Amino acid sequence: MTSRTVEGTNSARPSGPPAAPALRSRHLLGIDGLGADEITLILDTADAMKEIGARPIKKVPTLRGRTVVNLFFEPSTRTRTSFEIAEKRLSADTLSIATATSSVTKGETLVDTIRNLEAMAPDMIVMRHSSSGAPHLLSRTSRSAIINAGDGTHEHPTQALLDALTIRSHKGRLADLKIAIVGDLLHSRVLRSNAFLLKTMGADVWACGPATLIPPGLARLGVRTTTAVDEAVTDADVVMLLRIQRERMHGHFFPSVREYFTLFGMTETRLQRARPDVIVMHPGPMNRGVEVESAVADGPSSVILEQVANGVAVRMAVLYLLAGREGDDQTG
Amino acid sequence: MSTLLLKGGRVIDPARGRDGMFDVLIDSGLVSRVGRDIPVDGAEVFEIPAGWIVAPGFIDVHVHLREPGQEYKETIATGTASAVAGGFTAVACMPNTDPINDHAGITQFILKKAAEANLARVYPIGAVSVGSRGEQLAELGEQKTAGCVAFSDDGRPVATALLMRRALEYAGMLNAPVIDHCEDPSLKGDGVAHEGYQASVLGLRGIPGVAESLMVERDVSLAELTGAHVHIAHMSARQSLRAVRAGKERGVRVTCEVAPHHFTLTDDALGGPVKYDTNLKMNPPLRDEADRAAMLDGLADGTVDVIATDHAPHHSDEKLVEFDRAPFGIVGLETAVPLVFDRLVHPGRISLGRMIELLSANPARVLNVPGGTLEEGSPADVTVLAPDMRVTVRAAALRSKSRNTPFDGWRLRGGVAATIVGGRVVHRNPDEDRTP
Repeated sequence: MTSRTVEGTNSARPSGPPAAPALRSRHLLGIDGLGADEITLILDTADAMKEIGARPIKKVPTLRGRTVVNLFFEPSTRTRTSFEIAEKRLSADTLSIATATSSVTKGETLVDTIRNLEAMAPDMIVMRHSSSGAPHLLSRTSRSAIINAGDGTHEHPTQALLDALTIRSHKGRLADLKIAIVGDLLHSRVLRSNAFLLKTMGADVWACGPATLIPPGLARLGVRTTTAVDEAVTDADVVMLLRIQRERMHGHFFPSVREYFTLFGMTETRLQRARPDVIVMHPGPMNRGVEVESAVADGPSSVILEQVANGVAVRMAVLYLLAGREGDDQTG
Repeated sequence: MSTLLLKGGRVIDPARGRDGMFDVLIDSGLVSRVGRDIPVDGAEVFEIPAGWIVAPGFIDVHVHLREPGQEYKETIATGTASAVAGGFTAVACMPNTDPINDHAGITQFILKKAAEANLARVYPIGAVSVGSRGEQLAELGEQKTAGCVAFSDDGRPVATALLMRRALEYAGMLNAPVIDHCEDPSLKGDGVAHEGYQASVLGLRGIPGVAESLMVERDVSLAELTGAHVHIAHMSARQSLRAVRAGKERGVRVTCEVAPHHFTLTDDALGGPVKYDTNLKMNPPLRDEADRAAMLDGLADGTVDVIATDHAPHHSDEKLVEFDRAPFGIVGLETAVPLVFDRLVHPGRISLGRMIELLSANPARVLNVPGGTLEEGSPADVTVLAPDMRVTVRAAALRSKSRNTPFDGWRLRGGVAATIVGGRVVHRNPDEDRTP
């Protein structure tokens, strides 16, 4: 557990002990590039944040006076709500903008949208966008800290962090666990962030899906790929399921959801091959009867709702650490 | 008209098999004599310092001048200024303007603008099909008469095998090549980067190399069937090179070009230092190291006929967007020669003679246009090269109207000292004094 005090304000830094470790970037654009020490720092901080969510009054003044804009260019309920709750628990002033109400539909470029927002001096921008790399484009010019809440099929770093927090709380570690990730690998930003994070932390990562949905080059990340779901699941400590989007059938990726379930759906029978203490995860939203049967999703191995709860703690940790970094900069 | 004497340079003219210290006398826009110790006799003298090369003018068979219709990206005047600054005495411009150059009237407009600019020679390439829509053959005969030297639906492939067959037959009758932008539309899909490791980890939709080579194979087969000349534009995939090589071995009239960015960069550049740099987005995409190595082999062994830039200017506003929304393409006219020197000649991959063949003699042969040699009586189009010039690419200083280059800040060895078109010095490199 970290020695950082969550409630401590950044300006009142005592002179004695050396500064606590911090994140090296002022943005969180992805897991790619984060070191194991930074990942551990975020997870340790999130563990401390969990305690706040258990209090009767779930609010601390840490980000009082800070403005956070949640800028969602893609529909999202879970992630946006999770960020909003995290921000409110830290007492930040928050504002959420969804694409339907933005000027993007009026032909304004993304860069102009952000410049206009920045003129109002927010401290942080939490951003989801359908284009891979959109937060990277903005981070080159932005004065605000940018937190990637999902960019195209690239990364979804806070999802991987909350997954890691969940795994660590059950298994006590991430290293040397066999983790099977099953589903639409090609289009999944959850896969990419998890692959970066879990490999950095020393896990044995298996990725499984139809041959049409496996991106080339995963081996270079140290991820093992297979189209045989039984092989992926055998002796797994963690089975993580990824969402299958029905519209992918139009790209000839698979013939039907029925056949997908037959070949890859997670059933109680298939799960027998995993370790007895296996946990089953899903980033949501879940298609029951497609990537997972209800008996598994609602069964004793499922930690799916716990993931959602951990999402708030992880996002509080990220907001706190990035805001703290900003404070470091100001105090020189 | 006055005479100009290029005195004391090493003349390399592969089309005539000439390589040695010669003077070149230019009279009335034509090469009048190449020989030793030509008397000055009232001519204006251009002293060529030791170490410099006098080469037949470079010809870029693949540029986008954007006029008419997209003058905010480039005009014929700025594009040809960029050309001569890069050592190109002639450029062939693709028809994907607005409107598409699918009609003699547009061809005439382009030639009129080129004459007004009076810098590089401009050879229009006409559209294969009306509106480049792939439905109906454009009036190739009238376009040819108006001045088109080749036909292409560049930006898109010639849509169907049947249209390509007819285009080859018809253009063959006119003694003009069909230039094809080879990509299978269904395999390309809405891809934005080479299908490989980088696209995978960056979450970018991939375009496999075979999206290109499938259509190269189609075109080679159709050139064989028709006996006509097909030229493969901006080749990038190793599988395509194999198809061209096999075609050439059995006597098919197929030629091909490679762009400097495809022998210089790979898709690894997409991963950083600046991730998602839209100046690394082009079509075909930067491919992997095996593909780049294949292009280098083809350049060295003769399979590749031409180095062409695919100069594709885009406004900075258009590139300052999400990667998947940015237009494809980079400017290339002013960086081509330094990249060829630095990446091909100085490392010993190709000789100076081969360089000049790829940039001058072969392009003239592919397009069937004058030039490509300093033979007496040919147009006095000359590129003067300084092989040891230290070049620092500065995007802000480009003569092109656009700045979309991934080579900003690159330091390269070898450049263009001067460009002469029709006996007139249209460009002197202001940096030439700094050469050793």
